[in-house]
Amino acid sequence: MVTRLIRSQRLLLTVALSAVLVAPSFAQQPTDQTAQPGGAPSTAAPGAPKPTPPVQPEPTTVPGRPDIPNAEVAQKLKNVAPLPFGAPADKLPVAELKLPKGFKAEVYASGIPNARSLRIGDKGTVFVSNRVLDKVYAVVERNGKREAKVIAAGLDRPNGLAFHQGTLYIAEGTRISKLEKIEDNLDSPPKPVVIYSDFLNHQSHGWKFMALGPDNMLYVNVGSPCNICEPPATNGQLRRISLDGGRAEVYVRGVRNSVGFDWNPATKELYFTDNGRDWLSEDLPEDELNRVTKMGQHFGFPYCHQGNFTDRELGWGRSCDEFEKPVALLGPHAAALGMRFYMGKMFPAEYQNAIFIARHGSWNRTKKIGGDVVVAKLNKDGSVKSVEPFLTGFLKNNEFSGRPVDVQVMKDGSLLVSDDHAGAVYRVSYDNSKAPGN
Amino acid sequence: MSRPTTLALSRFCAAALLVLGAARSAAAAEPIEQRIAPCLACHGANGSSQTPLVPSLGGQPEFFLTVQLLMFRDKLRVVAPMNEMLSGLTDADLKAMAAYFSKLPPPLPPAGAVDSGRMERARAVIEQQRCNFCHGATYGGGDDDPRLAGQREDYLAKALADYKNNTRRGYDASMADVLYPIGDEQLLDLAYFLARQR
Repeated sequence: MVTRLIRSQRLLLTVALSAVLVAPSFAQQPTDQTAQPGGAPSTAAPGAPKPTPPVQPEPTTVPGRPDIPNAEVAQKLKNVAPLPFGAPADKLPVAELKLPKGFKAEVYASGIPNARSLRIGDKGTVFVSNRVLDKVYAVVERNGKREAKVIAAGLDRPNGLAFHQGTLYIAEGTRISKLEKIEDNLDSPPKPVVIYSDFLNHQSHGWKFMALGPDNMLYVNVGSPCNICEPPATNGQLRRISLDGGRAEVYVRGVRNSVGFDWNPATKELYFTDNGRDWLSEDLPEDELNRVTKMGQHFGFPYCHQGNFTDRELGWGRSCDEFEKPVALLGPHAAALGMRFYMGKMFPAEYQNAIFIARHGSWNRTKKIGGDVVVAKLNKDGSVKSVEPFLTGFLKNNEFSGRPVDVQVMKDGSLLVSDDHAGAVYRVSYDNSKAPGN
Repeated sequence: MSRPTTLALSRFCAAALLVLGAARSAAAAEPIEQRIAPCLACHGANGSSQTPLVPSLGGQPEFFLTVQLLMFRDKLRVVAPMNEMLSGLTDADLKAMAAYFSKLPPPLPPAGAVDSGRMERARAVIEQQRCNFCHGATYGGGDDDPRLAGQREDYLAKALADYKNNTRRGYDASMADVLYPIGDEQLLDLAYFLARQR
């Protein structure tokens, strides 16, 4: 596992916030902005007549913003769009995936374009959602054959899924709908019934993650409709909503866009990932893992990033001390999304109550990071002891062959991982027959 | 067929839309040139549209076109004539159409004098919002990012406004992000500028 150790050292994962605040992990390269403006050198000699201004703007520096790079760098900052039809099963990079010793990954399901959130029904059905497409799928096994069936279509960014007593709840862009008794009716699913729709319509961070809380309320992120802005009071929050949609309240604020949360089985506290702002730096800010200890807490956005520095535009007059600080940092632009606490019986004891976190992988960064699953192990008091790579291998030569979005523990203790780029779901299992002392 | 939409189109273009529904099922075995003839009735014989509010398709990236065709077929974008024309087509049909359109020549900017004041104003917005980062230094597009250079100005203005108002759905949300702080006048300047790039 030498290679893994080296990889883990290279990962910009920062653990234990106290360590972060004393010695920040982010490596900011000092740049000489006067020496390298990033543009083509001027060829005009002093005193020569000024040439006509070109019609094309030079894609180089902006007055007052010498930090904005040249066109070649710009191309590397682009987001990678998901494949519209997914990838065929035989093109999935399963052979290249790496895991700690004793674990293995296999393709669980393919041909689910833009596979996003994962949930498991009471009868074992695996539900898979979309973000940029319009469908929700059920993965079912029949006569030993596994197939993905569309159970709802024509939905509006149906990213969020929750399951409770036979009913699948779907968080769309501007509403929450439900499919009752869905596992008994997979071949003729009912039409979704809307239970709640008090959301603004916005494309930016308009898709929603959703989960069922220990209080049987639906928790849903209501993202900030921008990269960086003062969000409207209705946004930048986690909200909880009763199962009939009749009661809703703000749970916490100061959230930019959370696409994953789960409850610590030991303490029942909510932990959530939050994606940091873009266009500040290659290395800053890092995505956050947050822990809610009290309803009504504020987690900093848009004033404070990663718990230790104020925003360049909106942070003046504010202090990070006003806000809750993250319990771990998960990498700059890494897009930490879905997360689950592990309570299964298959994996070794060190993974009990640890958090598996899918990192979708970066854009807005020339050297891509993420595109993996990491595991955060906790101390008894709920603080984070370590964050380590778990499932890697999707990122090669600065290109993603898959982009993990969500994780879901199966009843047998194996772990499903969705990939919205190639449209697949992987299953990670552990062979405990070979493990010593197990 | 949505009458208000077709009324805005040219007579030829509208007629092509009307016959398409009947022709589509029989057309599946025909060569691609015949199959896409009704498309080009509105989008321009050589992929350069002469129809108000209808975009030119020539030179658009194949990935972008595939995604847009998929979004029309599956009604992720609701534009009645497009939804009708593409309903029932297979993934392979969409890919073949996208490949064909992408190889048509890119549209040319309109002739005539250029308002340098508008160009400068647009340039400032572009630098601030980094349009060229994704759409390319000459706005030729690539992957999921469309070609903007030489596109119809009226169409660009409409597309920008629709993104800003959240009435047009993107394959991802970056356009809504980018346009969040941009005013309506600036959108018109952007459309003016981009239509005049080549």
